[in-house]
Amino acid sequence: MEGGFDFAILIRNAPFLWGGMVLTLQLTGLAVAGGLALGLVLAVLRLSRIPFVPALVAGYVNFLRSMPLILAIFWFYTLIPKLTGQSVSSFYSVLIAFILFEAAYYSEIIRAGISSVRRGQIAAALALGLSNAQAMRYVVLPQAIRTMIPVLLTQSIVMLQDTSLVYVVGLRDFLTTADIVAGRDSRPVELYMFVALTFLVVCFSASRLVNRLRRRYAL
Amino acid sequence: MGSYRWNWPILLADPYYGWIVSGFGNTCLIAVLAWIIAFPLGSAIGIARTTELRPLRFAGTAYVEVFRNIPLLAQMFLWYFVVPELLPQDWGRWVKRDMPYPQFLTSVLCLGLYTASRVAEQVRSGLEAIPRGQHHAGLAMGLTPAQVYRYVRLPVAFRIIIPSLTSDFLGVFKNSSLALTIGVLELTSQARQIEEYTFAAFEAFATATLLYCAVTGIVILAMRQVERRTRIPGTIAIGTQ
Repeated sequence: MEGGFDFAILIRNAPFLWGGMVLTLQLTGLAVAGGLALGLVLAVLRLSRIPFVPALVAGYVNFLRSMPLILAIFWFYTLIPKLTGQSVSSFYSVLIAFILFEAAYYSEIIRAGISSVRRGQIAAALALGLSNAQAMRYVVLPQAIRTMIPVLLTQSIVMLQDTSLVYVVGLRDFLTTADIVAGRDSRPVELYMFVALTFLVVCFSASRLVNRLRRRYAL
Repeated sequence: MGSYRWNWPILLADPYYGWIVSGFGNTCLIAVLAWIIAFPLGSAIGIARTTELRPLRFAGTAYVEVFRNIPLLAQMFLWYFVVPELLPQDWGRWVKRDMPYPQFLTSVLCLGLYTASRVAEQVRSGLEAIPRGQHHAGLAMGLTPAQVYRYVRLPVAFRIIIPSLTSDFLGVFKNSSLALTIGVLELTSQARQIEEYTFAAFEAFATATLLYCAVTGIVILAMRQVERRTRIPGTIAIGTQ
């Protein structure tokens, strides 16, 4: 590499890189929100007693979990325009891929959280005269949420890292903008190290916070 | 979807059939080779994190935190674009010019080291799930700490964590698709290439998806057998405590 490190390049390109970071955060935020909502529905359906529904949901979850995320991104990126017959911005096709994909993972976490509440608790709630819904609302969920929130947050940190995969369809997230600058100015060392360190600091601090939360609210 | 022109036979035509076969082969090979790095290295790191030696514990923790908190794709770029620049000049030149299969070997190394951090966490949690009493009983019987690991703790820990190790192996199998970002023609990139050449997007992606699902299913079924055979009689509770 020529001429040693040139970290001024980061400052010169700060607005461009920041734009990438904003897209990364937007994508993560929307995908987490959508994934949680859909994941909750899937978890409830999977625990329900409606005929065939739990098996269908299990099939969906296992199917998505055995597919690489990159392949899912390609699926939606090429197929949504074909299905709808109109061009969809790559941001939305990728967002849909992330929501459907992450919902499979979130639903498993939520299901595990709900199932971790002991049967006796529900029996006790019902014996006290609570309705099914009330038992869920006042007895099961408060306990389930405490066990699953740290895991959901950890999964969301993983998801933040996974958004970098939008690189494969050229969406300008944080990593892709850094890649563009690295290619244009032939400065891969500075740019990729910067990306790696930024993620390391953000994700490490976030996971530390999650750990503290876990210890504080553990049952 | 009404106007979509199905073209399944295209997948059996030359050269597309060969692309899928070689892509699938590369995907499996990357996953297996990366696992060969990840399993022993991850086990060593996981064990290091449970020892009494502070520097070892610290090194193990640092390894896991670094590899877990950087996106895998960024790691791939670091190994491929950055590390050769930072190596001593002779090595760097060798890596850039003379190393055979540079993209393939780089992705194996990257995936192996990343997966090691996941294996390490599983091994550590397996070791920690064993009641301390077993460790003390081993020492009281006159075993050295190393022998306690070898004959008491590890045989139990590995049997407890078989399901988690299975999902880590499936993880590296799926993550091998990231090798396409540095130009390895594995299954996903071959599917993508077929889509670009023939516009048979649905057929190409469906085939790739089916192959991924098939391997996942086979591995899960096989590991269930292994789990059944290695189950420790009467101790299911250890894993769930």
